[in-house]
Amino acid sequence: MPTIIFEQPDGAVTEVKVDEGGNIMRAAVSNGISGIIGECGGQAMCATCHVYVDPQAASGLPPVGEDEDEMLDCAAAERTEFSRLGCQVKLGGAVQRLRVNVPSDQV
Amino acid sequence: MEDRIVIIGAGHAGVQLAASLREAGHRGPLTLISQESALPYQRPPLSKDFVAAYADAEPLALRPEDFYRGVDLVSGARAESIDRAARVIRLDDGTLLGYDRLVFATGARNRPLPCEGGELQGVLGLRTLQDAQSLQRRLNEARRVVVIGAGFIGLEFAAAARARGLEVTVLEFAQRPLGRAASEPLSSWFLQAHSDNGIDLRCGEGVRRIRQTGSGLEVDSAAGSYPADLVVYGIGVQPNSDLAEDCGLACENGILVDEALQTSDPRIFAIGDCASFPLAGKRVRLESVQNANDQARTLAHTLTGVPQAYAELPWFWSAQGEHRLQIAGLSTTGDEPVILGAPQTGKFSIALFREGMLVAVESVNKPADHIAARKLLGSGAPVTAAMVQASASLKDLLRNSPIPA
Repeated sequence: MPTIIFEQPDGAVTEVKVDEGGNIMRAAVSNGISGIIGECGGQAMCATCHVYVDPQAASGLPPVGEDEDEMLDCAAAERTEFSRLGCQVKLGGAVQRLRVNVPSDQV
Repeated sequence: MEDRIVIIGAGHAGVQLAASLREAGHRGPLTLISQESALPYQRPPLSKDFVAAYADAEPLALRPEDFYRGVDLVSGARAESIDRAARVIRLDDGTLLGYDRLVFATGARNRPLPCEGGELQGVLGLRTLQDAQSLQRRLNEARRVVVIGAGFIGLEFAAAARARGLEVTVLEFAQRPLGRAASEPLSSWFLQAHSDNGIDLRCGEGVRRIRQTGSGLEVDSAAGSYPADLVVYGIGVQPNSDLAEDCGLACENGILVDEALQTSDPRIFAIGDCASFPLAGKRVRLESVQNANDQARTLAHTLTGVPQAYAELPWFWSAQGEHRLQIAGLSTTGDEPVILGAPQTGKFSIALFREGMLVAVESVNKPADHIAARKLLGSGAPVTAAMVQASASLKDLLRNSPIPA
Protein backbone atom coordinates (compact mmCIF):
# COMPACT_ATOMS: atom_id res chain seq x y z
CA MET A 1 0.00 0.00 0.00
CA PRO A 2 1.31 3.48 -0.82
CA THR A 3 2.46 5.58 2.12
CA ILE A 4 2.31 9.33 2.74
CA ILE A 5 4.48 11.00 5.34
CA PHE A 6 2.99 14.25 6.60
CA GLU A 7 5.30 16.73 8.26
CA GLN A 8 3.76 19.57 10.29
CA PRO A 9 5.30 23.07 10.56
CA ASP A 10 6.51 22.13 14.07
CA GLY A 11 8.33 19.08 12.72
CA ALA A 12 5.83 16.46 13.93
CA VAL A 13 5.63 13.57 11.47
CA THR A 14 2.74 11.17 10.78
CA GLU A 15 2.85 8.26 8.37
CA VAL A 16 -0.38 7.01 6.80
CA LYS A 17 -1.22 4.23 4.35
CA VAL A 18 -3.49 4.97 1.42
CA ASP A 19 -5.31 2.82 -1.11
CA GLU A 20 -3.82 2.51 -4.57
CA GLY A 21 -5.16 5.57 -6.42
CA GLY A 22 -6.06 7.45 -3.22
CA ASN A 23 -5.22 11.14 -3.01
CA ILE A 24 -3.35 13.16 -0.40
CA MET A 25 -6.37 15.18 0.78
CA ARG A 26 -8.53 12.14 1.39
CA ALA A 27 -5.75 10.36 3.22
CA ALA A 28 -5.18 13.40 5.42
CA VAL A 29 -8.85 14.01 6.22
CA SER A 30 -9.56 10.32 6.90
CA ASN A 31 -6.63 10.13 9.25
CA GLY A 32 -7.22 13.42 11.05
CA ILE A 33 -3.99 15.06 9.88
CA SER A 34 -4.26 18.58 11.20
CA GLY A 35 -3.73 21.50 8.83
CA ILE A 36 -5.41 19.86 5.82
CA ILE A 37 -9.08 20.72 5.50
CA GLY A 38 -10.47 19.68 2.11
CA GLU A 39 -13.50 21.89 2.48
CA CYS A 40 -14.91 21.22 -1.01
CA GLY A 41 -14.56 17.45 -0.77
CA GLY A 42 -11.88 17.13 -3.43
CA GLN A 43 -13.05 19.20 -6.37
CA ALA A 44 -10.16 21.68 -6.56
CA MET A 45 -12.60 24.44 -5.60
CA CYS A 46 -11.36 25.66 -2.24
CA ALA A 47 -7.54 25.35 -1.98
CA THR A 48 -7.69 24.21 1.66
CA CYS A 49 -5.68 21.03 1.05
CA HIS A 50 -2.52 22.84 -0.03
CA VAL A 51 0.69 20.88 0.63
CA TYR A 52 4.36 21.16 -0.30
CA VAL A 53 5.55 17.93 -1.88
CA ASP A 54 9.05 16.60 -1.40
CA PRO A 55 11.20 18.42 -4.00
CA GLN A 56 12.85 15.17 -5.01
CA ALA A 57 9.52 13.51 -5.71
CA ALA A 58 7.84 16.51 -7.34
CA SER A 59 8.98 15.76 -10.89
CA GLY A 60 7.68 12.20 -10.68
CA LEU A 61 4.10 13.41 -10.03
CA PRO A 62 1.57 14.24 -12.72
CA PRO A 63 1.87 17.92 -13.66
CA VAL A 64 -0.22 20.66 -12.04
CA GLY A 65 -3.51 20.99 -13.91
CA GLU A 66 -4.86 24.30 -15.16
CA ASP A 67 -7.58 24.57 -12.51
CA GLU A 68 -5.23 23.45 -9.79
CA ASP A 69 -2.70 26.04 -10.91
CA GLU A 70 -5.24 28.87 -10.68
CA MET A 71 -6.58 27.69 -7.33
CA LEU A 72 -3.09 27.40 -5.84
CA ASP A 73 -2.72 31.14 -6.35
CA CYS A 74 -5.30 31.61 -3.65
CA ALA A 75 -3.89 29.24 -1.06
CA ALA A 76 -3.59 30.89 2.35
CA ALA A 77 0.08 30.00 2.79
CA GLU A 78 2.84 31.02 0.39
CA ARG A 79 2.91 29.16 -2.91
CA THR A 80 6.20 27.59 -3.96
CA GLU A 81 7.22 25.48 -6.95
CA PHE A 82 6.44 22.43 -4.80
CA SER A 83 2.90 23.52 -3.94
CA ARG A 84 0.11 21.12 -4.87
CA LEU A 85 -3.55 20.68 -4.00
CA GLY A 86 -3.68 17.43 -2.04
CA CYS A 87 -6.95 16.41 -3.71
CA GLN A 88 -5.29 16.42 -7.14
CA VAL A 89 -2.29 14.23 -6.30
CA LYS A 90 -2.96 10.50 -6.37
CA LEU A 91 -0.67 7.87 -4.93
CA GLY A 92 0.02 4.55 -6.57
CA GLY A 93 1.84 3.20 -9.60
CA ALA A 94 5.36 4.52 -9.48
CA VAL A 95 4.57 6.78 -6.53
CA GLN A 96 4.53 4.44 -3.55
CA ARG A 97 6.00 6.71 -0.93
CA LEU A 98 5.63 10.48 -0.72
CA ARG A 99 6.69 12.99 1.86
CA VAL A 100 4.70 16.23 2.09
CA ASN A 101 4.94 19.29 4.27
CA VAL A 102 1.75 20.77 5.69
CA PRO A 103 1.64 24.58 5.44
CA SER A 104 1.00 26.81 8.43
CA ASP A 105 -2.38 28.07 7.18
CA GLN A 106 -5.24 26.87 4.98
CA VAL A 107 -7.97 29.49 5.50
CA MET B 1 -14.47 27.20 29.95
CA GLU B 2 -16.42 24.30 31.42
CA ASP B 3 -19.83 25.11 29.89
CA ARG B 4 -21.87 22.19 28.61
CA ILE B 5 -22.33 22.82 24.90
CA VAL B 6 -24.83 20.82 22.86
CA ILE B 7 -24.96 21.03 19.05
CA ILE B 8 -28.05 19.72 17.27
CA GLY B 9 -27.09 18.55 13.79
CA ALA B 10 -23.89 16.90 12.56
CA GLY B 11 -23.58 18.28 9.05
CA HIS B 12 -20.78 20.58 7.94
CA ALA B 13 -21.74 23.33 10.39
CA GLY B 14 -22.16 21.14 13.47
CA VAL B 15 -18.99 19.11 12.98
CA GLN B 16 -16.88 22.17 12.12
CA LEU B 17 -18.17 23.89 15.25
CA ALA B 18 -17.24 20.90 17.41
CA ALA B 19 -13.75 20.87 15.89
CA SER B 20 -13.27 24.63 16.19
CA LEU B 21 -14.49 24.64 19.79
CA ARG B 22 -11.89 22.05 20.78
CA GLU B 23 -9.21 23.95 18.83
CA ALA B 24 -10.21 27.17 20.59
CA GLY B 25 -9.75 25.48 23.96
CA HIS B 26 -13.27 24.57 25.02
CA ARG B 27 -12.70 21.87 27.65
CA GLY B 28 -16.24 21.34 28.90
CA PRO B 29 -18.63 18.61 27.76
CA LEU B 30 -19.45 18.82 24.06
CA THR B 31 -22.32 16.82 22.57
CA LEU B 32 -23.19 16.50 18.89
CA ILE B 33 -26.62 15.09 18.06
CA SER B 34 -26.91 13.42 14.66
CA GLN B 35 -30.13 12.18 13.14
CA GLU B 36 -28.25 9.91 10.78
CA SER B 37 -26.37 6.80 11.80
CA ALA B 38 -23.42 7.18 9.40
CA LEU B 39 -20.26 8.89 10.59
CA PRO B 40 -20.81 12.58 9.68
CA TYR B 41 -19.82 13.04 6.03
CA GLN B 42 -19.22 15.60 3.31
CA ARG B 43 -22.34 16.42 1.36
CA PRO B 44 -21.12 18.21 -1.82
CA PRO B 45 -19.70 15.09 -3.54
CA LEU B 46 -23.07 13.30 -3.20
CA SER B 47 -24.63 15.02 -6.19
CA LYS B 48 -21.40 14.91 -8.21
CA ASP B 49 -18.66 12.24 -8.02
CA PHE B 50 -20.70 9.98 -5.79
CA VAL B 51 -23.62 9.44 -8.16
CA ALA B 52 -21.26 9.40 -11.14
CA ALA B 53 -19.50 6.31 -9.78
CA TYR B 54 -20.65 2.93 -11.08
CA ALA B 55 -19.52 0.89 -8.12
CA ASP B 56 -20.48 1.63 -4.54
CA ALA B 57 -18.71 4.86 -3.70
CA GLU B 58 -17.30 5.57 -0.26
CA PRO B 59 -18.56 8.70 1.46
CA LEU B 60 -15.89 11.09 2.65
CA ALA B 61 -16.08 11.45 6.43
CA LEU B 62 -15.85 15.02 7.72
CA ARG B 63 -13.58 13.82 10.53
CA PRO B 64 -12.05 10.42 11.30
CA GLU B 65 -13.75 8.20 13.85
CA ASP B 66 -11.29 8.98 16.63
CA PHE B 67 -12.21 12.68 16.47
CA TYR B 68 -15.37 11.68 18.33
CA ARG B 69 -13.36 10.48 21.30
CA GLY B 70 -13.19 14.14 22.30
CA VAL B 71 -16.79 14.88 21.31
CA ASP B 72 -19.83 12.97 22.46
CA LEU B 73 -21.52 12.00 19.18
CA VAL B 74 -25.09 10.81 19.71
CA SER B 75 -26.03 9.11 16.42
CA GLY B 76 -29.40 8.12 15.06
CA ALA B 77 -31.11 10.43 17.54
CA ARG B 78 -33.57 13.24 17.10
CA ALA B 79 -34.00 16.15 19.49
CA GLU B 80 -37.71 16.22 20.21
CA SER B 81 -38.26 19.15 22.50
CA ILE B 82 -36.40 21.81 24.42
CA ASP B 83 -37.23 23.21 27.83
CA ARG B 84 -35.46 26.56 27.72
CA ALA B 85 -36.22 27.48 31.34
CA ALA B 86 -34.70 24.23 32.64
CA ARG B 87 -32.09 24.19 29.81
CA VAL B 88 -32.84 20.59 28.94
CA ILE B 89 -33.22 18.84 25.58
CA ARG B 90 -35.34 15.73 25.28
CA LEU B 91 -34.31 13.16 22.65
CA ASP B 92 -36.73 10.82 20.88
CA ASP B 93 -35.61 7.87 23.04
CA GLY B 94 -36.48 9.83 26.18
CA THR B 95 -32.90 10.80 27.08
CA LEU B 96 -32.61 14.22 28.75
CA LEU B 97 -29.57 16.35 27.97
CA GLY B 98 -28.74 19.49 29.95
CA TYR B 99 -26.94 22.43 28.32
CA ASP B 100 -25.41 25.77 29.17
CA ARG B 101 -25.14 26.75 25.52
CA LEU B 102 -27.18 25.22 22.72
CA VAL B 103 -26.49 25.48 18.99
CA PHE B 104 -28.91 24.70 16.20
CA ALA B 105 -27.04 23.35 13.18
CA THR B 106 -30.11 21.52 11.96
CA GLY B 107 -29.69 22.34 8.27
CA ALA B 108 -32.49 22.06 5.78
CA ARG B 109 -34.62 19.38 4.20
CA ASN B 110 -35.84 18.90 0.66
CA ARG B 111 -39.03 20.63 -0.26
CA PRO B 112 -41.38 17.76 -1.09
CA LEU B 113 -42.85 17.44 -4.57
CA PRO B 114 -46.27 19.04 -4.37
CA CYS B 115 -47.76 17.06 -7.24
CA GLU B 116 -49.61 13.79 -7.39
CA GLY B 117 -47.31 10.75 -7.54
CA GLY B 118 -44.47 12.34 -5.58
CA GLU B 119 -44.51 9.39 -3.19
CA LEU B 120 -44.17 6.67 -5.86
CA GLN B 121 -41.31 4.17 -5.83
CA GLY B 122 -38.52 5.46 -8.02
CA VAL B 123 -39.21 9.14 -7.26
CA LEU B 124 -36.33 10.38 -5.14
CA GLY B 125 -34.81 13.48 -3.65
CA LEU B 126 -31.08 13.94 -3.06
CA ARG B 127 -29.85 15.30 0.22
CA THR B 128 -28.48 12.58 2.48
CA LEU B 129 -25.97 9.79 2.04
CA GLN B 130 -28.86 7.35 2.09
CA ASP B 131 -30.54 9.26 -0.76
CA ALA B 132 -27.31 9.20 -2.77
CA GLN B 133 -26.72 5.50 -2.16
CA SER B 134 -30.20 4.57 -3.22
CA LEU B 135 -29.94 6.79 -6.32
CA GLN B 136 -26.59 5.38 -7.23
CA ARG B 137 -27.96 1.84 -7.11
CA ARG B 138 -31.00 2.73 -9.18
CA LEU B 139 -28.86 4.48 -11.78
CA ASN B 140 -27.23 1.15 -12.58
CA GLU B 141 -30.61 -0.15 -13.78
CA ALA B 142 -32.02 3.04 -15.30
CA ARG B 143 -31.98 4.11 -18.92
CA ARG B 144 -34.20 7.20 -18.85
CA VAL B 145 -34.11 9.75 -16.05
CA VAL B 146 -36.38 12.74 -15.52
CA VAL B 147 -35.06 15.48 -13.23
CA ILE B 148 -37.57 17.90 -11.75
CA GLY B 149 -36.03 21.28 -11.01
CA ALA B 150 -33.06 22.93 -12.76
CA GLY B 151 -31.34 24.24 -9.66
CA PHE B 152 -27.80 23.35 -8.63
CA ILE B 153 -28.59 19.88 -7.30
CA GLY B 154 -30.87 18.98 -10.19
CA LEU B 155 -28.37 20.05 -12.83
CA GLU B 156 -25.39 18.48 -11.07
CA PHE B 157 -27.28 15.22 -10.89
CA ALA B 158 -28.49 15.55 -14.49
CA ALA B 159 -24.92 16.04 -15.73
CA ALA B 160 -23.68 13.07 -13.70
CA ALA B 161 -26.47 10.85 -15.08
CA ARG B 162 -25.78 12.05 -18.62
CA ALA B 163 -22.08 11.24 -18.19
CA ARG B 164 -23.19 7.66 -17.59
CA GLY B 165 -24.88 7.68 -20.98
CA LEU B 166 -28.47 7.90 -19.74
CA GLU B 167 -31.25 9.79 -21.47
CA VAL B 168 -31.88 12.80 -19.27
CA THR B 169 -34.80 15.22 -19.35
CA VAL B 170 -34.91 18.18 -16.94
CA LEU B 171 -38.22 19.94 -16.31
CA GLU B 172 -38.07 23.40 -14.78
CA PHE B 173 -41.11 25.36 -13.72
CA ALA B 174 -39.38 28.78 -14.07
CA GLN B 175 -38.38 30.41 -17.35
CA ARG B 176 -34.66 29.71 -16.88
CA PRO B 177 -32.36 27.28 -15.07
CA LEU B 178 -30.62 28.29 -11.82
CA GLY B 179 -33.03 31.20 -11.66
CA ARG B 180 -32.93 31.56 -7.89
CA ALA B 181 -29.17 32.05 -7.60
CA ALA B 182 -27.65 32.97 -10.95
CA SER B 183 -27.71 35.96 -13.29
CA GLU B 184 -29.64 35.75 -16.53
CA PRO B 185 -26.55 35.43 -18.81
CA LEU B 186 -25.24 32.60 -16.62
CA SER B 187 -28.57 30.77 -16.85
CA SER B 188 -28.52 31.10 -20.64
CA TRP B 189 -24.99 29.77 -20.87
CA PHE B 190 -25.77 26.71 -18.76
CA LEU B 191 -29.00 26.07 -20.66
CA GLN B 192 -26.95 25.90 -23.87
CA ALA B 193 -24.11 23.89 -22.31
CA HIS B 194 -26.40 21.23 -20.89
CA SER B 195 -28.40 21.08 -24.12
CA ASP B 196 -25.17 20.68 -26.13
CA ASN B 197 -24.30 17.83 -23.80
CA GLY B 198 -27.48 16.05 -24.84
CA ILE B 199 -29.66 16.89 -21.85
CA ASP B 200 -33.23 17.80 -22.78
CA LEU B 201 -33.59 20.85 -20.52
CA ARG B 202 -37.09 22.33 -20.68
CA CYS B 203 -37.96 25.56 -18.92
CA GLY B 204 -41.40 26.97 -18.21
CA GLU B 205 -42.63 23.41 -17.82
CA GLY B 206 -43.98 22.57 -14.38
CA VAL B 207 -44.84 19.00 -13.45
CA ARG B 208 -48.53 18.14 -13.04
CA ARG B 209 -48.28 14.56 -11.87
CA ILE B 210 -46.23 11.39 -11.94
CA ARG B 211 -47.89 8.13 -12.90
CA GLN B 212 -46.92 4.51 -12.51
CA THR B 213 -47.16 2.71 -15.86
CA GLY B 214 -46.62 -0.91 -16.76
CA SER B 215 -42.98 -0.38 -17.63
CA GLY B 216 -42.02 2.37 -15.20
CA LEU B 217 -42.96 5.95 -14.48
CA GLU B 218 -44.43 8.70 -16.59
CA VAL B 219 -44.05 12.39 -15.75
CA ASP B 220 -46.78 14.68 -17.07
CA SER B 221 -46.26 18.39 -17.61
CA ALA B 222 -48.59 20.89 -19.24
CA ALA B 223 -46.70 20.34 -22.50
CA GLY B 224 -46.08 16.63 -22.64
CA SER B 225 -45.38 13.28 -21.04
CA TYR B 226 -41.97 11.86 -20.29
CA PRO B 227 -41.37 8.19 -19.56
CA ALA B 228 -38.74 7.49 -16.90
CA ASP B 229 -37.13 4.64 -15.01
CA LEU B 230 -36.10 7.09 -12.31
CA VAL B 231 -37.36 10.55 -11.29
CA VAL B 232 -35.17 12.82 -9.21
CA TYR B 233 -36.39 16.10 -7.81
CA GLY B 234 -34.50 19.10 -6.50
CA ILE B 235 -36.94 21.94 -6.05
CA GLY B 236 -35.34 23.72 -3.14
CA VAL B 237 -35.18 23.18 0.59
CA GLN B 238 -36.88 24.29 3.78
CA PRO B 239 -34.90 25.22 6.87
CA ASN B 240 -35.21 22.80 9.78
CA SER B 241 -36.54 25.33 12.25
CA ASP B 242 -39.57 23.46 13.64
CA LEU B 243 -37.90 22.51 16.90
CA ALA B 244 -36.73 26.10 17.40
CA GLU B 245 -40.23 27.39 16.70
CA ASP B 246 -41.76 24.86 19.09
CA CYS B 247 -39.64 26.16 21.95
CA GLY B 248 -40.57 29.76 21.18
CA LEU B 249 -37.49 31.06 19.36
CA ALA B 250 -38.09 33.75 16.75
CA CYS B 251 -38.13 32.23 13.27
CA GLU B 252 -38.89 33.49 9.80
CA ASN B 253 -37.48 31.58 6.84
CA GLY B 254 -35.07 29.99 9.29
CA ILE B 255 -34.04 30.63 12.86
CA LEU B 256 -33.47 34.35 13.35
CA VAL B 257 -30.03 35.24 14.69
CA ASP B 258 -28.12 38.49 15.14
CA GLU B 259 -24.63 39.23 13.82
CA ALA B 260 -23.18 37.19 16.69
CA LEU B 261 -25.33 34.23 15.45
CA GLN B 262 -27.35 34.38 18.66
CA THR B 263 -31.09 33.61 18.62
CA SER B 264 -33.72 35.44 20.65
CA ASP B 265 -32.49 33.37 23.63
CA PRO B 266 -28.96 34.47 24.66
CA ARG B 267 -27.98 30.88 25.48
CA ILE B 268 -29.00 29.56 22.08
CA PHE B 269 -27.33 30.06 18.68
CA ALA B 270 -27.94 28.92 15.11
CA ILE B 271 -25.52 28.36 12.21
CA GLY B 272 -25.52 27.05 8.64
CA ASP B 273 -28.51 26.38 6.39
CA CYS B 274 -31.06 26.76 9.21
CA ALA B 275 -29.98 30.28 10.27
CA SER B 276 -31.36 33.57 8.96
CA PHE B 277 -28.74 36.22 9.68
CA PRO B 278 -28.09 39.88 8.88
CA LEU B 279 -25.63 40.54 6.07
CA ALA B 280 -24.91 43.95 4.57
CA GLY B 281 -28.18 45.39 5.85
CA LYS B 282 -30.36 42.50 4.69
CA ARG B 283 -31.51 39.23 6.18
CA VAL B 284 -30.22 36.16 4.37
CA ARG B 285 -30.24 32.41 4.79
CA LEU B 286 -27.53 30.67 2.80
CA GLU B 287 -27.26 27.04 1.79
CA SER B 288 -23.56 26.49 1.33
CA VAL B 289 -20.58 24.72 2.81
CA GLN B 290 -18.66 27.99 3.05
CA ASN B 291 -21.41 29.59 5.12
CA ALA B 292 -21.71 26.54 7.38
CA ASN B 293 -17.97 26.34 8.04
CA ASP B 294 -17.32 30.05 8.42
CA GLN B 295 -20.26 30.56 10.77
CA ALA B 296 -19.05 27.60 12.83
CA ARG B 297 -15.54 29.08 13.09
CA THR B 298 -16.91 32.49 14.06
CA LEU B 299 -19.25 31.06 16.68
CA ALA B 300 -16.47 28.95 18.22
CA HIS B 301 -14.66 32.19 19.08
CA THR B 302 -17.77 33.69 20.64
CA LEU B 303 -18.48 30.58 22.70
CA THR B 304 -14.94 30.49 24.04
CA GLY B 305 -15.03 34.06 25.27
CA VAL B 306 -13.86 36.08 22.25
CA PRO B 307 -17.10 37.49 20.80
CA GLN B 308 -17.08 37.87 17.02
CA ALA B 309 -19.58 39.22 14.54
CA TYR B 310 -20.14 37.16 11.39
CA ALA B 311 -19.28 39.09 8.24
CA GLU B 312 -17.61 36.66 5.81
CA LEU B 313 -18.01 37.06 2.08
CA PRO B 314 -20.33 34.33 0.75
CA TRP B 315 -18.87 32.06 -1.90
CA PHE B 316 -20.15 28.98 -3.57
CA TRP B 317 -19.29 26.35 -6.14
CA SER B 318 -21.04 23.84 -8.33
CA ALA B 319 -19.57 21.17 -10.59
CA GLN B 320 -21.91 20.46 -13.48
CA GLY B 321 -20.40 17.73 -15.58
CA GLU B 322 -17.24 19.14 -17.10
CA HIS B 323 -18.07 22.68 -16.08
CA ARG B 324 -16.98 24.37 -12.90
CA LEU B 325 -19.02 27.25 -11.61
CA GLN B 326 -17.77 29.43 -8.77
CA ILE B 327 -19.61 32.40 -7.33
CA ALA B 328 -18.21 35.09 -5.04
CA GLY B 329 -20.59 37.52 -3.33
CA LEU B 330 -24.38 37.61 -3.48
CA SER B 331 -26.31 38.96 -6.43
CA THR B 332 -30.00 39.69 -6.71
CA THR B 333 -32.38 40.29 -9.58
CA GLY B 334 -31.71 43.63 -11.19
CA ASP B 335 -27.94 43.65 -10.73
CA GLU B 336 -26.18 44.79 -13.90
CA PRO B 337 -24.13 42.03 -15.59
CA VAL B 338 -20.86 42.70 -17.38
CA ILE B 339 -19.33 39.75 -19.20
CA LEU B 340 -15.59 39.27 -18.79
CA GLY B 341 -13.92 37.08 -21.40
CA ALA B 342 -15.58 35.08 -24.16
CA PRO B 343 -18.43 32.76 -23.14
CA GLN B 344 -18.06 30.76 -26.37
CA THR B 345 -14.61 29.61 -25.21
CA GLY B 346 -16.22 28.07 -22.13
CA LYS B 347 -14.03 30.13 -19.80
CA PHE B 348 -15.46 33.44 -18.64
CA SER B 349 -16.93 35.39 -15.76
CA ILE B 350 -19.92 37.62 -15.19
CA ALA B 351 -19.34 40.60 -12.94
CA LEU B 352 -22.51 41.93 -11.31
CA PHE B 353 -22.94 45.55 -10.32
CA ARG B 354 -25.46 47.27 -8.09
CA GLU B 355 -25.58 51.05 -8.22
CA GLY B 356 -22.31 50.93 -10.11
CA MET B 357 -20.44 48.87 -7.51
CA LEU B 358 -19.25 45.27 -7.86
CA VAL B 359 -21.36 42.94 -5.67
CA ALA B 360 -20.73 39.47 -7.10
CA VAL B 361 -18.76 37.55 -9.70
CA GLU B 362 -19.86 34.31 -11.33
CA SER B 363 -17.00 32.38 -12.92
CA VAL B 364 -17.28 29.47 -15.33
CA ASN B 365 -14.13 27.37 -15.66
CA LYS B 366 -12.16 30.42 -14.56
CA PRO B 367 -10.84 29.92 -11.02
CA ALA B 368 -8.37 32.81 -11.33
CA ASP B 369 -11.26 35.28 -11.70
CA HIS B 370 -13.05 33.69 -8.77
CA ILE B 371 -10.07 33.95 -6.48
CA ALA B 372 -9.43 37.57 -7.45
CA ALA B 373 -13.12 38.34 -6.95
CA ARG B 374 -13.11 36.84 -3.48
CA LYS B 375 -10.18 39.01 -2.52
CA LEU B 376 -11.60 42.16 -4.11
CA LEU B 377 -15.08 41.72 -2.62
CA GLY B 378 -13.78 40.45 0.70
CA SER B 379 -11.65 43.54 1.18
CA GLY B 380 -14.74 45.73 1.18
CA ALA B 381 -12.99 48.28 -1.06
CA PRO B 382 -15.36 49.78 -3.65
CA VAL B 383 -14.87 48.39 -7.16
CA THR B 384 -16.65 50.19 -9.99
CA ALA B 385 -17.61 48.94 -13.43
CA ALA B 386 -15.14 51.41 -14.95
CA MET B 387 -12.31 49.93 -12.88
CA VAL B 388 -13.21 46.40 -13.99
CA GLN B 389 -13.53 47.37 -17.65
CA ALA B 390 -10.21 49.24 -17.61
CA SER B 391 -8.37 46.13 -16.38
CA ALA B 392 -7.21 43.20 -18.49
CA SER B 393 -8.52 40.82 -15.83
CA LEU B 394 -9.79 40.77 -12.26
CA LYS B 395 -6.40 39.42 -11.26
CA ASP B 396 -4.74 42.48 -12.83
CA LEU B 397 -7.19 44.77 -11.08
CA LEU B 398 -6.36 43.10 -7.79
CA ARG B 399 -2.63 43.35 -8.46
CA ASN B 400 -2.88 47.06 -9.28
CA SER B 401 -5.17 47.93 -6.42
CA PRO B 402 -4.09 48.90 -2.92
CA ILE B 403 -5.88 45.80 -1.54
CA PRO B 404 -3.44 43.38 0.06
CA ALA B 405 -3.50 40.28 -2.17
